Amino acid sequence: MHKYIAKRLLLILPTLLGAAVLVFFLLRAIPGDVCEVRLAGSGLYVDEAEIELCREKLGLAKPLIVQFWDFITGYVVWDLGDSMWTGKPVTEEIGLRFKLSLQVALMATLVAVVIAIPLGAISAIKQDTWIDYVVRSFSIAGIAMPSFWLGILIILGLLIGTQHFLGTPWMPPIEYVSPFKDLASNMAQLIWPAVATGYRYSAVATRMTRSALLEVLREDYIRTARAKGMTEKIIINRHALKNAMLPVFTIIGIEFAFLMGGLVVTEQVFNLNGIGKLFVESVQAQDFAMTQQLVMLVVLIAVVTNFVVDLVYAWLDPRIRYA
Amino acid sequence: MKSSLFKQGVAAIVGIAFALGAVTVSVAAPKKGGILNFVVGSKIPSYDGHIESTFGMIHPIRPFYSLLFRVNPDNPADPTDFQCDVCEGNIPSGAKGGTEYTFKIRKGLQFHDGTPLNAHDVKATFDKIVFPPKGVASNRKAMFKMVKSIEVPDDHTIVFTLKFPSGAFIPSAGMPFNFIYSKKDLDAHGYEWHKKNVNGSGAFIFVEHVAGSHVAGKRNPNYHHAGKPYLDGFRAISAPKMSVRLQAIRGDRAAIEFRGFPPKARDDLVKALGDKITVQESDWNCALMFTVNVNHKPFDDKRVRHALTLAVDRYEASKYLANIAIVKTVGGIVFPSHPLAATAAELEGSLGFSRDIKASRAKARALLKEAGAEGIEFDFNNRGVDQPYKVVGTWLVDQWRQVGLKPIQRVQPSPQFYATLRKKKDFDVTVDFNCQSVVNPIADVSKFLCSAGNHYSGCENAKLDVIYDRLLKAETPAQQRSIMREFETEVFDTAGTALTLWWYKINPHRSYVKGWKIAPSHYLNQSLDQIWLDK
Repeated sequence: MHKYIAKRLLLILPTLLGAAVLVFFLLRAIPGDVCEVRLAGSGLYVDEAEIELCREKLGLAKPLIVQFWDFITGYVVWDLGDSMWTGKPVTEEIGLRFKLSLQVALMATLVAVVIAIPLGAISAIKQDTWIDYVVRSFSIAGIAMPSFWLGILIILGLLIGTQHFLGTPWMPPIEYVSPFKDLASNMAQLIWPAVATGYRYSAVATRMTRSALLEVLREDYIRTARAKGMTEKIIINRHALKNAMLPVFTIIGIEFAFLMGGLVVTEQVFNLNGIGKLFVESVQAQDFAMTQQLVMLVVLIAVVTNFVVDLVYAWLDPRIRYA
Repeated sequence: MKSSLFKQGVAAIVGIAFALGAVTVSVAAPKKGGILNFVVGSKIPSYDGHIESTFGMIHPIRPFYSLLFRVNPDNPADPTDFQCDVCEGNIPSGAKGGTEYTFKIRKGLQFHDGTPLNAHDVKATFDKIVFPPKGVASNRKAMFKMVKSIEVPDDHTIVFTLKFPSGAFIPSAGMPFNFIYSKKDLDAHGYEWHKKNVNGSGAFIFVEHVAGSHVAGKRNPNYHHAGKPYLDGFRAISAPKMSVRLQAIRGDRAAIEFRGFPPKARDDLVKALGDKITVQESDWNCALMFTVNVNHKPFDDKRVRHALTLAVDRYEASKYLANIAIVKTVGGIVFPSHPLAATAAELEGSLGFSRDIKASRAKARALLKEAGAEGIEFDFNNRGVDQPYKVVGTWLVDQWRQVGLKPIQRVQPSPQFYATLRKKKDFDVTVDFNCQSVVNPIADVSKFLCSAGNHYSGCENAKLDVIYDRLLKAETPAQQRSIMREFETEVFDTAGTALTLWWYKINPHRSYVKGWKIAPSHYLNQSLDQIWLDK
């Protein structure tokens, strides 16, 4: 097992380095820079010398290779640089948003798991009955419907519904409050995006649970268990479901990694001050320092999540860790 | 006769009494208290007004600072009405042939940290803006080219001496970016300190800024405008997406957005909330234009450029585009309601502004034929922002097709759009715009100089520089007006950049927001000291 973990860990480094090279050079291949957006973007008069001065101050006038060296060596001394837009440390800007994105991702995952595993299991057990058809329709609708669009519908529904029934339109709060400070306000804001993203997430996981369970239920050892006279409940819970969970965990892992930074539009729709919104803003502003660190963060989350999924695989299936 | 006079007298007294009563009823006394929540669609780069140029900084940060003087908050629609802020009395008209402006600074002023504010702080501020040391950024120093020196004869007097009389000085000095900084802060912390720190003397005291979320301010009890501000505080909530800002007002998470909404959003809000929404509208000191790259054939030929402007029916656009986009008014190079702007008659006689569009388009076709450019296909660069760029851009494509041209619209995100405009210059025709804060025509029209840093056509016209130099130094409004017409005619004839329509500002807000009046720019009237909540 230790050898297996070491091998997986060693694969992380070249992946991160490759991502760093790609993100750094691809960003700079895009025309324009933060100084032009910041000083000339509003259409007001701008002095060319001021734009040059801005570039010098932000290090954009340095040769590309020097900028890359600064970027890479920053990791060694844990100096990820300052945002080119706000001048504040990147770590501070990301840290501020990370807790919100993490909370939404966790809540959406919870919503997804709570919906997906029971529904997927029921759908498989009741294959080709009306229950199965209802669950499949529900999950296909979830896959077909983008979460940001569902988010827009939720907000409009709340505004119109509350105005109709209560006389005053109500919408979720548009500012984040920590759950430790005011749990009710926190939930009033985050439950809606969690439902909007969790539904789509659950739809994918439901279908995966159903097909994985159907496959397992046709295995010889399940037939053997039935022949031994085991109850269906024990067969499903103890033998089938555990083995069917392998691909479901992969999906949950991938989706969770996506939620940490991938909710770019949903965060905009609900005005969530998370990683996704920061991503959009930094790309729009050509804030190279922020964008490249955000990409690296998402890559890191994806890599770590994959690593954790691999470990779970190995724990669930001894053939993997002994291979 | 006596009886008749008596009756008339009584009637007059009763009438006056009713009139006074009506005034008392309609102009309710401002109520104190409450927090104003408003949404801001752009984000804060730094807090330094002397460097930044986005309303994303002005809206949340301006309430913390005072200016030397400002656009009159009770009459912001008048582009020539200024009012003292830290100065007192009237805005001076230049002495010594218009080359000396003396301002008296109020006594007893103080910054939020308790440091007294006097003329030395105002001088330190304007020295930073006008004469920044090498390596120190000051984004608008070029607007103060006429300033020779700034002197402080005593603690409460500041004197600006100009190299030559200029009608551009007062509007430049009244720009909302000219935050008054404490000399003590500048001396102790240097010129970069205000990027990340706030110490002003404005109506509100800085409480917190949570990046990407909000800026909060609380009432300044020592504010120098008696009885103000009325609010206990404000909260500027960051909301980049327009639909969120709109819904925030509808759901009362915010009471107002100061930049402006498109007509459809206004209509939706009014339909949903009725009299709970008040709408204020104004011409906007932003001109939407198109710029032609004279270094690309056949646009090096003035006849082709003239054809492009002749093909555009601005008057019809004013009627119909105004229903879907934030543009409305037909105007020349000067903000339409300013005394220096062309009159309707003057405008109609200018190239591209005739009301006879059939004749204009026939002339455009003839010019294209003469120049051998009939039916040419060309690249039309546009900015990937709906309002008003993409809407107006699509309309322009149709206008040019009316004379047989075949523009191919290339819509790019803002950074790439600017790179095309400023560095790559690989466009044939591009959307362009001129947005300013204080209406300052003499400074604002510098955009039309071929030699200007923010002019992108690549044209060469020394005559424009000569006329502009005369305009800059013209002493009387009559002289300025006459020279402005000469300049405008030359701009239209050069046709490097041509006007489409002026922007139109629409601010629907919750009706309980009182005291705020719309200005011709989203940068103006943002001290928030006159706002109160009628809740």
